[in-house]
Amino acid sequence: MKTMITGNEAAAWGARLARVKVVSAYPITPQTKVVEKIAEFIANGEMDARYIRVESEHSAMAACISAENTGVRTFTATSAHGLALMHEMLMWAAYARLPIVMAVINRAMAPPWSIWADHQDSMAQRDTGWIQIYSESNQEELDAVLMLYKICEDKDVLLPAMTMMDAFILSHTMEPVDIPDQKLVDDFLPELDLPHRLDINRPAGHGSLIMPEGPVMEYRKAMADAFAGVRDKILKVEEEFREIFGREYGGLVEEYRTEDADAIAVVSSTIASTSKEVVDRMRERGLKVGLARVRYFRPFPHRELREIAKKTDMLGVIDRSYTFGYGGALYAETKGVLYGHSDIPVKNYIMGIGGRDVTPEILEKVFMDMLKIAKDGAVDTEVEWVGLIGDERWSA
Amino acid sequence: MEFEFPTPLTTVPSTANKTGVWRTFRPVINYEKCIRCYICWKFCPEPAISFVPGDKYPAPSEAFLKRDAVEINYDYCKGCGICANECPKGAIDFVLERGDGQ
Ligand code: SF4
Ligand code: SF4
Repeated sequence: MKTMITGNEAAAWGARLARVKVVSAYPITPQTKVVEKIAEFIANGEMDARYIRVESEHSAMAACISAENTGVRTFTATSAHGLALMHEMLMWAAYARLPIVMAVINRAMAPPWSIWADHQDSMAQRDTGWIQIYSESNQEELDAVLMLYKICEDKDVLLPAMTMMDAFILSHTMEPVDIPDQKLVDDFLPELDLPHRLDINRPAGHGSLIMPEGPVMEYRKAMADAFAGVRDKILKVEEEFREIFGREYGGLVEEYRTEDADAIAVVSSTIASTSKEVVDRMRERGLKVGLARVRYFRPFPHRELREIAKKTDMLGVIDRSYTFGYGGALYAETKGVLYGHSDIPVKNYIMGIGGRDVTPEILEKVFMDMLKIAKDGAVDTEVEWVGLIGDERWSA
Repeated sequence: MEFEFPTPLTTVPSTANKTGVWRTFRPVINYEKCIRCYICWKFCPEPAISFVPGDKYPAPSEAFLKRDAVEINYDYCKGCGICANECPKGAIDFVLERGDGQ
């Protein structure tokens, strides 16, 4: 059934169709509508779940952890400061190997207060042991929730996942979305069977103290091994999803017109949709540009990016966040995995911070800059901020 | 290393971890001064102070022997010194551990 819904509603529909049993959340703009919609589903008797109201996001995640520990499917959603407040519990969820799924509506961090899209909030959580996917459309958001439960609950995975969408650009914008048939979702997604759930027939302590000579390091290595296997599960689950629902998204990285491209932009989320439009326009004029849309940031798509680098003369990495280490996170990690595999120039463009509009005109300038670097064979500057007020070079 | 579960599940209580070895200073009750007010028992965060029959230890006078005495469990006392600080009688000495159990 195709219907017009916002990204927030798409995430809520994902939780409903996945037959989530416990939802615990705390409201924050621009995420609030996700949990409002779920509360409505439950109040109307359309969703058989327990909704736990809490006083903070830290508690929301703690409640999800406890519920998931009993072996039931849980869901929550948050943004920006709410996500930051969850930080401690995010690691608890991951290290306790609980396949919780959460929708994160990407919003800039304060101060100054900003409620608009950038990726600083989720990028800051990249080392917590959560799978991370960045959606480009409301349909992809709904589908991601369904696929993530299947990936995360796999016995070889047992890890939590967050699915990101850009504040307002997706969260509050209506798009036509195909809401899958419940019967088909039930066939696709079996019930959760958590091997280490709390069980009165097997009394045990969860998360108690282990001395350094105990196997803490070994458990962490086992988790790293599980994470390394996530890539193949993503591809397998997406293939099953395509067979049942007829939609596919390209695995960890979606390639768009990368064939014989002189320069390829590496980008995620909604900047990718605008970029596709720009790529089409430039291709019409004979300018050979392409796009690699990074869907999964965790696990990091190292194999895919190494292959993409072989197809072109330069990569322009667009980050919607800045890590105060060196450049954006997507740029730093892309360069890291290319080391020893490719010596094409890689440049970082910092764009769209605090919801600054990323227009087709400004993206075309970026692509033109990338083509020049491809021709010169070297970058002018490694990290450049694009679209600053008063900067003539990039003004449209 | 192969594990049955993806995260550690413990089947022994956490008291199996004898955290007393983390102690640098050892609180020692001077029973000649202790008036059995139980303030140390109330404040010990571990908790590592418990009650034992009144006649197990000496007391400042006969009358105190009717009340339970306090005893520190050195298997778990981490040596924070809170008891020594709170004791209204200054009855708890805080002495450097020498590593020989003395
Ligand atoms: S030193 Fe601290 S832990 Fe030990 S008995 Fe006194 S209060 Fe308890
Ligand atoms: S606080 Fe001091 S006097 Fe009171 S019971 Fe403890 S050791 Fe004895």
